[in-house]
Amino acid sequence: MPAFLLKRLFNAAGVMLAVAFLAFLTFRFVGDPVELMLNEQASQQQRDELRVRLGLDKGFVLQYATFVGNAARGDFGISYRNQQDVFTLISERFPATFELVLVATFLSLAVGIPLGVYTAIRRDSFPAKMLQFVSVLGVSLPSFALGILFILIFSVTLQWLPAFGRGEVVQIGWWSTGLLTASGRKALILPGITLSLFQITLVMRLVRAEMLETMRTDFIRFARARGLPSRAVHFGHALRNCLMPVITVTGLQIGNLIAFALVTETVFQWPGMGMLFVQAVTFVDIPVMAAYLIVVSFIFVTLNTLVDLTYAWVDPRLREDALTGGANAR
Amino acid sequence: MPADAVKKPGRLRRFLDSDIGWSFCHTPVAWLSALVLALLVLSALFAPLVAPQNPYDLTQIFIDKAEIPPIWQSGGEWPFLLGTDPQGRDVLSAILYGSRISLIIGFAAVMVSMLIGVSIGLTAGFYGGRVDNLLMRLGDTVLSIPTLLMAILVSAIFREMLPPALREPFSAVVLVLSIALTSWVQYARTVRALTMVERRKEYVLAARIIKVPATRIMGRHILPNTMTPVLVSATLNLGLAILSEATLSFLGVGMPITQPSLGTLIRIGNQYLFSGSWWLVVFPSLQLGLIVLSVNLLGDWLRDALNPKLR
Repeated sequence: MPAFLLKRLFNAAGVMLAVAFLAFLTFRFVGDPVELMLNEQASQQQRDELRVRLGLDKGFVLQYATFVGNAARGDFGISYRNQQDVFTLISERFPATFELVLVATFLSLAVGIPLGVYTAIRRDSFPAKMLQFVSVLGVSLPSFALGILFILIFSVTLQWLPAFGRGEVVQIGWWSTGLLTASGRKALILPGITLSLFQITLVMRLVRAEMLETMRTDFIRFARARGLPSRAVHFGHALRNCLMPVITVTGLQIGNLIAFALVTETVFQWPGMGMLFVQAVTFVDIPVMAAYLIVVSFIFVTLNTLVDLTYAWVDPRLREDALTGGANAR
Repeated sequence: MPADAVKKPGRLRRFLDSDIGWSFCHTPVAWLSALVLALLVLSALFAPLVAPQNPYDLTQIFIDKAEIPPIWQSGGEWPFLLGTDPQGRDVLSAILYGSRISLIIGFAAVMVSMLIGVSIGLTAGFYGGRVDNLLMRLGDTVLSIPTLLMAILVSAIFREMLPPALREPFSAVVLVLSIALTSWVQYARTVRALTMVERRKEYVLAARIIKVPATRIMGRHILPNTMTPVLVSATLNLGLAILSEATLSFLGVGMPITQPSLGTLIRIGNQYLFSGSWWLVVFPSLQLGLIVLSVNLLGDWLRDALNPKLR
């Protein structure tokens, strides 16, 4: 186990170094920071001084090492646009995105699993076929268009729900939450549904496929032969065997949801990390772009590694395979 | 396919007699979505002939015809079937011209990413060893960053590297590259796996013995045997590529307002959401959904029809 753990951590660190390299390259490729920070009249001497102060006179590798060192300590520099510390900017916006992703994940499991079970056990019924078709529809309509249509129906026409913002938030330490006020919860409904729709169809299709597979196995047939009620067979035996892949995919998709939240956040003017990033892209605010890339990739890679490790912990065959190159595979 | 029928009746006959043709004719979803898609693609490609107005020609646009609602609402006016925007442009014409841009970019992005992915997969699978390890690690790294984020970043970097005067004319190229550079890994993995199987087979050994150059073995001998799964994922990815383009344009890092794709049209329409001009955003969204839906349904059918396990 320790060897497997080390190998996984080593891989994750390698990916993070590559991401940091990409972020570092954006700094190098997109404009000269000295030109961006000084005005046109600056003398050559001023330019040289700034260059030395920013460490730009050093070699490429040394500059990269400094960048990685600073990023590891949470120092991403100062935003070009509003001259604030980038790390503070991102951590202020993080709770908004996190709550949105949490709600979307909860919705995708609470709606996706029952629908998946239903379409699997009644797979030839008309509603199940309709649901299958609707799930293709859910994958085809872009989430931003759906979000806009929701705003049009529920905010502009019916005026039931707010169209933008988080509503009232309560500050708990550095964390701001919208879950404790009525207007905050109301504001979460539309963006949460918009973000979760793709996820719901994904979970539904996954549960359906896994259920169909499991229903064919011998132990289900045996459970039926014992005369167990079909409720117990479906939920107690079959569904329980399908949950592992569902948990894995949900875990892996949280990273994607955080990235995709930037679209939902733009539609609903949700004050999260994603909207900060989209604004940074429009204003070519490189420190914010680089920091967002590194933070999101860090979350993504951490989740992937955790899922891998959990798997190895639950299923010992996997960790032996990884070390012996699959020689022990059954 | 109907276009082929006029020129070469023999080929149509062959298509209808094959397994896949039989499945096509007996799956209503397949031919219905093919029909809808053909209509959408043709109307978009021939937009200058079909559209009532050229939305880029300033002499055809009249500012006094601004924000007219669709024809079935009170205040609607012929020939503006789906209404007009605040500059007096016909929405239907803008959608047709926009679909053309969206379809071309989506198609080009799939082609380029397929080209990159297939070349990398062939090279990695054929040579194996260190080359394989390096290329596949590169693929892992690309996959370890969320695709959308990566595409936004790549397009932002490309745009900033271009001189300001070239940014607008080249925005389509930038979009194609940024979508292609983030979606090639799937093709590379598929082709690599198949190549590793094929290269041990006798026809490849025979070619190597008579000293056929490696690039020719890869391109002429191995490649045709890996194409079926590649074409299936290309069809499924076309829908995704069109969606990526629309998302990037919606976020403001894609096509400029002077050459609006469907995503740009939705972005523009979104600004008039609260002023009551709902048709500016609803119709481009519906068109986008319809295109992607028909591509996805066709792709799903093709995947199932070519999968021998499901027969």
